[in-house]
Amino acid sequence: MTSNAVTGPNSNPHTNAKKRSARPSAFKLLARNQLALMGAVILVLVVLIVIITPILPLPDPDATDPAQRLLRPLADGHFLGTDHLGRDLLSRLIWGTRVSLAVGISASLVAALFGSAIGIVSGYFGGRTDNIMMRGIDMLMAFPYILLALAIVAALGPGLMNALYAIAVVNIPFFARNIRGVTVGIAHREFVDAAKLSGKGHVRIILTEILPNVMPVIVITISTTVGWMILETAGLSFLGLGAQPPQADLGSMLGEGRKLITTAMHLSAIPGAMIFVLVMSINLLGDGIRDVLDPRLKSGALARPAPLTRIDRTDEGAGTTYPDDTILAVDELRTEFVLGDDSYKAVGGVSFHVGKNECVGLVGESGSGKSVTALSLLGLVASPPGTIVGGRVMFDGKDVYGMSEDDVRDIRGGKAAYVFQDPLSTLHPLFSIGDQLVEAIRAHNAVSYKDAWAKAVELLGMVRIPNPQSRADNYPHQLSGGMRQRVGIAMALANEPRLIIADEPTTALDVTVQAQILKLMNNLRNDHGTSVLFITHDFGVVSEICDRVAVMYAGRIVEMGTTEQVLHHPAHPYTKRLIDCVPRLGEPDRRTSAIPGLPPAVNNLPAGCAFADRCDRVEDACRVGSIAFDDLGEGHGVRCIKPMEGADV
Amino acid sequence: MHVYILRRLILMIPVLLGLTVIVFLIMSLIPGDPALAILGSYATPENVAKLRADLGLDKSMVEQYWIWLTNMVQGDFGRSYSLNRPVLDEILERFGATLILAGTALVLCTIFGLLTGVVSAVRQYGWADKTLTFAVLIGISIPSFWLGLLLMMFFAVELRWLPVSGMYAIYGGGDLPDLIRHLILPSVTLAVVATGIIARLTRSNMLEVLRQDFIRTARAKGLDENRVIYRHAFKAALVNVIPVIGVQAGFVLGGAVYIETVFQWPGIGRMLVNAISTRDILLVQGGVVLVAGSYVLFNLFADVIQHLLDPRVKA
Repeated sequence: MTSNAVTGPNSNPHTNAKKRSARPSAFKLLARNQLALMGAVILVLVVLIVIITPILPLPDPDATDPAQRLLRPLADGHFLGTDHLGRDLLSRLIWGTRVSLAVGISASLVAALFGSAIGIVSGYFGGRTDNIMMRGIDMLMAFPYILLALAIVAALGPGLMNALYAIAVVNIPFFARNIRGVTVGIAHREFVDAAKLSGKGHVRIILTEILPNVMPVIVITISTTVGWMILETAGLSFLGLGAQPPQADLGSMLGEGRKLITTAMHLSAIPGAMIFVLVMSINLLGDGIRDVLDPRLKSGALARPAPLTRIDRTDEGAGTTYPDDTILAVDELRTEFVLGDDSYKAVGGVSFHVGKNECVGLVGESGSGKSVTALSLLGLVASPPGTIVGGRVMFDGKDVYGMSEDDVRDIRGGKAAYVFQDPLSTLHPLFSIGDQLVEAIRAHNAVSYKDAWAKAVELLGMVRIPNPQSRADNYPHQLSGGMRQRVGIAMALANEPRLIIADEPTTALDVTVQAQILKLMNNLRNDHGTSVLFITHDFGVVSEICDRVAVMYAGRIVEMGTTEQVLHHPAHPYTKRLIDCVPRLGEPDRRTSAIPGLPPAVNNLPAGCAFADRCDRVEDACRVGSIAFDDLGEGHGVRCIKPMEGADV
Repeated sequence: MHVYILRRLILMIPVLLGLTVIVFLIMSLIPGDPALAILGSYATPENVAKLRADLGLDKSMVEQYWIWLTNMVQGDFGRSYSLNRPVLDEILERFGATLILAGTALVLCTIFGLLTGVVSAVRQYGWADKTLTFAVLIGISIPSFWLGLLLMMFFAVELRWLPVSGMYAIYGGGDLPDLIRHLILPSVTLAVVATGIIARLTRSNMLEVLRQDFIRTARAKGLDENRVIYRHAFKAALVNVIPVIGVQAGFVLGGAVYIETVFQWPGIGRMLVNAISTRDILLVQGGVVLVAGSYVLFNLFADVIQHLLDPRVKA
């Protein structure tokens, strides 16, 4: 899961959300999980009955009564009937459950004891000890699960205790591996080193420092294996290798009942059902607990994103009109992420347009909402949790959010194409790049695979990949970062799009490669007349490629104008600070200061200007109402009540 | 590719050796003197000593292991005293039946496990997902030997649709349709648990993969959703599921012990259970080594497939 480590800026509202928790608590989640609750109730009930068995008014489970043999359930005096020797089935069932549960839990504990000991020693000492012990564990794991238990029972002879040992031994590797993994993680932590320096012996360190820390994992592992153990010991007894008469557990009852299955089915049906209920309740509870402990479930990170972002608009924009040659018009777009009871306004009303053959830059810090804006345009924001709650996006004169899924899909990769940041995670690792290009081509053109492949090679050549013929067979991991980004661009160009939406395409690259990619994009724009929406946090990049620039902050555009206007005469204090962050060649003494403070949380935006807290020109009026986007003339606009006039950078 | 397979084959040798060592050590746990066990408690000390020498029991453990191992490599697994025939003949004959049963079950659990997992993931939190997830939990929790009995009672005894037990009909059977009819109930029963495990893993892997950036790229390319799910997401998820299918081969081979007993399938599992009851140790040894060895081979096979699918995996 290395690719998860590098999350694009688009996921920022999401990760921010993880830190500020307002999500359902663990207890709520467990209570909400009715199945887990049901499992817990059944399990507690069974355990209670089993504990008080000796004082229950039950007949002797071993008392035979030939006159009363093979009674059906609900017979007089025998609620569940009797077996072939006339023994009361209910009594045998409860006593048998007692044995099965005891054996299952004991086997778990034995396996946990030895497995954890091996795991801790192996993980703590590492090196050769670890190597030898783990090779031994691997050997044990080379056996099919039950087979090893059979071999052990074969050697020790049938019997309940031997079955217990056999099942325990078979499960030792599972514990050893889990616990070793955790131990390795803490064996070199500071507190362990400190204990070593203080002169504590290994045994004491293991008992006082390591064990308390791995204990939770041991307990969780026990809870996930105990159901298995009960099943397996019952299985051995079923085969006649576990409990021997007159002793009985659920498995041996089932095994005995099997012989009479055609005449008295209840003899096998009932003990089997008991095993099933017992194991099922343990698994339900175990799953519930695991789900609660899994942080990803809480954050909604395991939800499947829909092919199109959910659209639930309260308005359809302000109806602003744009020039005739506009290819993309965004009107008061609002995108939110709903997590628990919180909603994060990642994009809080963004309007801009991109003309034909124009390059517009969308600039801002991480988490400013620029990537979410870009992804919203064609409904690519993951949803859940993302929802487009308002505004309108007109592409080529048509309302994207009013289209069918098929129509949106037609635009994606066709008339409008994306180039993403970090091409290692955005290209499919298991398909060759040629294959992925072919797919992009054939998604919009009915051409043969062969023709598409030729086109793919041609595209690779166009983005200046050397030896495109042979490179097409490469997989993404065989290419350098710059090469991969070229592939990403080639893929975007596959169907001669009218608009390219480039989401930080150069951020993951080093400076020389960055320059090459920018040059490439510029050339392509000039040659094909393509429009570009260029998302970046880097003003240096903006000055190289963009005609116009929009600066975003906390989900809104705070300034917009031509590159000249914004770069050299910034009107918003934020823009000015952002430009100051860029070092300049030949001006080593220039102060490149970071902007103090952090952007506000988008689930809790202040009234007035979102930048107020970080602004050195702030006054009381900045914190009231909503700040309007004022036109400064000549296409220059700013969301500030006190724009910096004539600021010259 | 060939280099990879060759390397894995060579790496397999120590695993197989370790396996035989473990089997040998377990068998040395047997309490008492095997010679005495064979001859009975009335045997004279001279006879016991003679048999001990004949059986090689007077040699050291290492020597005994070496003799056992070299004999085995030459195809001599010893002689089963309860069946009075060479162990190898018996286990090979039985193993064929087990392979048919376990192989069918493995195919079934792979197909249905993957299918269930994918459908569950695609319909996440929908009724189909909830139903399947619950069904999978039942499948994982149900004792297979009990499920086998229930299915047998219902489909064979009540409805008489399928034969109750055995591998072939006693009269007039023996052809493929007959085998298939006999195979249905045991193989389905055997596949249930493994199906559940594969389904769970496939579901969680699919959900994980569907959130990856490359899926967004696939969508941004304008691919239709079926292609995104069944080509892009499924392939990436499959790569993670395949090793687990290899592990399931172990569960299926082991689980066959129960199923063969329930359905009277003439496989190696039932033979092992009988051999344990009659304390026919050589037969147990031979059977365990053969099944475990084939499991190691199968895991190698799963690794090779994963290697073929995933260009990133190196050795």
